[in-house]
Amino acid sequence: MLPIILVIGFFQFLILRQPIPNLMDILAGLLLVILGLALFIKGLEIALFPIGESMAYAFARKGNLFWLLSFAFLLGFGTTIAEPALIAVADKAASLAAQAGAIINTDESRSHYAYWLRITVALSVGSAILIGVLRILRGWPILWLIIGGYTLIVILTSFAPPEIIGIAYDSGGVTTSTITVPLVTALGIGLASSIKGRTPMIDGFGLIALASLTPIIFVMIYGMIVL
Amino acid sequence: MSWEAITTNDFIGTLLATLRDVLPIILVIFGFQYFVLRQRIKNIKKILFGLAYVILGLAFFLVGLEKALFPLGESMARQLTNPEFIYGTTQHVREFIRWQDYYWVYIFALAIGFATTIAEPALIAVSIKANSVSGGAISVWGLRGAVALGVGIGITLGSFRIVTGTPLHYYIIAGYTFVIIQTFFSPRPIVALAYDSGGVTTSTVTVPLVAALGIGLAKTIPGRNPLIDGFGLIAFASLFPIISVMGYAQLSHWRLKRKTNTNLENKSGD
Repeated sequence: MLPIILVIGFFQFLILRQPIPNLMDILAGLLLVILGLALFIKGLEIALFPIGESMAYAFARKGNLFWLLSFAFLLGFGTTIAEPALIAVADKAASLAAQAGAIINTDESRSHYAYWLRITVALSVGSAILIGVLRILRGWPILWLIIGGYTLIVILTSFAPPEIIGIAYDSGGVTTSTITVPLVTALGIGLASSIKGRTPMIDGFGLIALASLTPIIFVMIYGMIVL
Repeated sequence: MSWEAITTNDFIGTLLATLRDVLPIILVIFGFQYFVLRQRIKNIKKILFGLAYVILGLAFFLVGLEKALFPLGESMARQLTNPEFIYGTTQHVREFIRWQDYYWVYIFALAIGFATTIAEPALIAVSIKANSVSGGAISVWGLRGAVALGVGIGITLGSFRIVTGTPLHYYIIAGYTFVIIQTFFSPRPIVALAYDSGGVTTSTVTVPLVAALGIGLAKTIPGRNPLIDGFGLIAFASLFPIISVMGYAQLSHWRLKRKTNTNLENKSGD
């Protein structure tokens, strides 16, 4: 947080030479953000990460393909639904869409739009982790998956409504954050180190890359359906 | 809305919503642990405490976000694009905007992108992991610097796009075409890591701040539509680290090669 506060403070006082509007509210809010994140990460470290990581290793070694794949999908889905950054951006997207008249401007229709946006992204991340695990098992080169994915994105972009394109492209980066990255990376590295002929460096990473790609595809399709 | 009203009503609402958000991942982890792996969980009391932290922390964060991160991002965008700040007067405002007039926006974008990324815990964790998995070939600071620079440049270019109002997908398609070409010339082991670093960098604090900056720019710059032009900064912030990390790997690869070559030449010259 400190670098962010320094940059904003520098611009506010030396370049803009103006006091920050609603300074007290913002300071209280920042305090909540810092406190909240600290608690959140501490809690993850105590409760979810140790079990999640040991489970990822356990599933990687056990080798029951059905359970491994279901775990991969549900892990991607569950971590994405809980991702704070996605909650924030989905709400923002819903209120902008309502202001612009793309959806009805009521509390209910906004939260409905935001909720299904998050479900769409969570389904896409689940699918990405599932495909990524299959890739590690089969040894498919990541490059071809990426090229195929982005070709699909280019094609879909020409059909999707312009109001969804920005949020679709953004959702790729938004999803992979505080909860998703550590748990999913543990799964990838655990898998790659327990399979013969796979090196963690080449095969272990790459799950996050797929999880940043599929949301773009899924959200554009969501936009084509609802907007 | 007063601060007191937030702390009571909204907080309970946020807390309940948070419970619903965290439930799926709890069910997944514990369901698989009990029913598939059939293992008992040690320290159940400690874990329940941890979960309470997670839920409470998330609720605090979301309330703080509405009060601080979103308003900060939008107010920076509003102030940096204010005609009075740019031209020094509210008179003689140009009819057509020139992108050069917004240079403070670009400098701010570069600074905030770099600053939010260099201290990002997820990036530090990945850098340490990459350093150990690569056997020291990738330095922790080198990777962090490369990614932070990538995010800074990405957000700068993204702000330029919002100012000029050019379509987002041209940039993204060009960017990923470049990434794919670059991939063929990069050392194999770095490729997956570079692709991952794009997703890793855009963290919980960066995302709302940068999203608000983009939306604020699109709201205040004449002729821009927030819904169409406001998003996209995060996409830039995920694309450019891929390019900069592969660039960093190519550079250190090339330097290593040159070093061994000169060493060989020195030896043969002896």
